[in-house]
Amino acid sequence: MTDERNITCIVCPIGCKILVKTDGAQFEIVGGNKCKRGIEYARSEALDPRRMLTTSILVNDGEWPLVSVKSSKPVPEEKLFSVLKEVGGTAVKAPVKSGQTIIKNAANTGIDIVATKTVLTKEVD
Amino acid sequence: MVKPEVIKVIDYTVDVAVIGGGPAGLAAAVSAHEHGAKSVVVIDRNSWLGGILPQCIHDGFGVEETGTSMTGPEYAEMYIEMAEKQGIDIMKETMVLQFDKKREITAVNKKGLHKIKASAIVLAMGCREKTRWNVMISGDRPSGIYTAGVAQAFINLYNIMPGKNVIILGSGDVGLIMARRLKFEGANVLGVVEILPYASGLPRNVVQCLEDYDIPLFLNHTVTCIDGKERLEQVTIAQVDGEMNIISGTEKKIECDTLLLSLGLIPENELANNIGIEIDNITGGPTVNQYLETTLSGVFACGNCLQVYDTVDVLSADAENAGRSAAKNSAIQKKDKKIIAKIVPGKGIRYVVPQIISEPGKVHLTLRVEKPGESSVLHMVAGDKEILKKRLAWVNPANMIGVDVDIPHEVLTSTQNLEVILVDR
Ligand SMILES: Cc1cc2nc3c(=O)[nH]c(=O)nc-3n(C[C@H](O)[C@H](O)[C@H](O)COP(=O)(O)OP(=O)(O)OC[C@H]3O[C@@H](n4cnc5c(N)ncnc54)[C@H](O)[C@@H]3O)c2cc1C
Ligand code: SF4
Repeated sequence: MTDERNITCIVCPIGCKILVKTDGAQFEIVGGNKCKRGIEYARSEALDPRRMLTTSILVNDGEWPLVSVKSSKPVPEEKLFSVLKEVGGTAVKAPVKSGQTIIKNAANTGIDIVATKTVLTKEVD
Repeated sequence: MVKPEVIKVIDYTVDVAVIGGGPAGLAAAVSAHEHGAKSVVVIDRNSWLGGILPQCIHDGFGVEETGTSMTGPEYAEMYIEMAEKQGIDIMKETMVLQFDKKREITAVNKKGLHKIKASAIVLAMGCREKTRWNVMISGDRPSGIYTAGVAQAFINLYNIMPGKNVIILGSGDVGLIMARRLKFEGANVLGVVEILPYASGLPRNVVQCLEDYDIPLFLNHTVTCIDGKERLEQVTIAQVDGEMNIISGTEKKIECDTLLLSLGLIPENELANNIGIEIDNITGGPTVNQYLETTLSGVFACGNCLQVYDTVDVLSADAENAGRSAAKNSAIQKKDKKIIAKIVPGKGIRYVVPQIISEPGKVHLTLRVEKPGESSVLHMVAGDKEILKKRLAWVNPANMIGVDVDIPHEVLTSTQNLEVILVDR
């Protein structure tokens, strides 16, 4: 394990810089964490970094032109832009309800894209 | 010729009127209703409820309160549903123009002018963003300069991209989150410029919004000049020294078409100011007692117009206190409340809310320290009597501290100041 890197712990606002040794499969803490919670975080960040994805999707005939969405689970970091690309090519028709699944199995990640806002149909006046 | 129309005046009487329908206003309204106020009205100038939250589409809201990380719109909908369930009256697209000392509110909307007589008023007007003129950046006045929140509304609510090649001034959380948002929407984020030696946003946002996408963070730097005829063409950035003076010779020009300003928030208090409610110079919000009552009897304040909060969870909890107090006040109508003691920020403390203690008992304090530190002790003293002593492993001005303290009766009768100080261990 030759690769040493600093991981900023985000579990609390202190933001310790944790020095770790990792080759992507194995993992060892060198130091820098002020508490134990940092260890678990640094491990998952070194071996399998994932991020919640929040963005928006076009809505047709809605009271708003967009509906905000999130991933149903954190997305592996290297897949973020593939998922974003699929989101960018999608449009839904109003009404959309908060919690409604908009894309199933986005970019073959097994993760869904879910609405986080209710957008009603535009009233025609 | 257009005939001058008679302005229609619509009169109401309510127990509690809440000005502002963001998370603070909604939490206060729900709490006022739960604590016995029969008629509660929330007034907001927007066509929607939730204040600024519908445009904050990222997650991280409500973690302390509910244990799950929600997005802004989800958090807002949780409170909107509660308010609707309780039958709280909502007046949208209605602008409050003023209120008087008898708590009569004047508001206007498409239907006309409204006069709302309230037994208690809760102020929940939120805050607004600092602009270029708060920091005086010299140069031209082209288009392409936005506050970060305005750009956030453009992208997340209205589907409008503010530009292509972007520089962000200020590393507060809104600025950091916008860096990632712009990147997701295909813009080039050329860098975030921060005058302090450290980022002012959360480490979480520095990592997940900048480092993840290799967006440069220029610490100890500021924007010194703006160039552009019609549209922004370039900005000049330069390094600053420990006293924040620009170091000459370090200037660098960066071509860009968009500059976002994330310079911090100012509580919105014109309504309170106009009627003579005392404003704390440091917080920018009204001076309040432990019931979050302002210096005008029967008028309470909460949310970001009271003080700029870090997280919405703590904000909502305090707003519930304001709503509960407003419900009780509207039932009893206490008159002539005497100030019994003032809380004064001492060494190491920037501010404390509430600023006034008007009754003994358990009080929740929120405060900020002046500078980062480790292993400190927070004290509250009245003369030579110690009322509170609390060890803090770690403090930072960016992180609000909340503590409960029991104020004994005898301390208040001696009318001393209660001083809060921070000492190194
Ligand atoms: C651009 C921006 C981005 C933010 N992003 C985050 C974030 O990502 N995470 C986070 O935790 N916090 C964020 N905040 C802080 C955020 O403001 C709070 O979390 C929370 O929304 C504040 O709630 P509030 O109810 O006090 O104010 P607001 O949500 O601002 O609500 C105030 C309401 O009062 C109304 N109002 C004001 N004056 C009047 C009047 N005279 N008449 C009628 N109505 C009036 C306004 O229209 C508005 O709806 C952000 C703030 C801003 C400005
Ligand atoms: S290691 Fe512990 S103290 Fe340090 S940032 Fe992580 S959670 Fe906070």
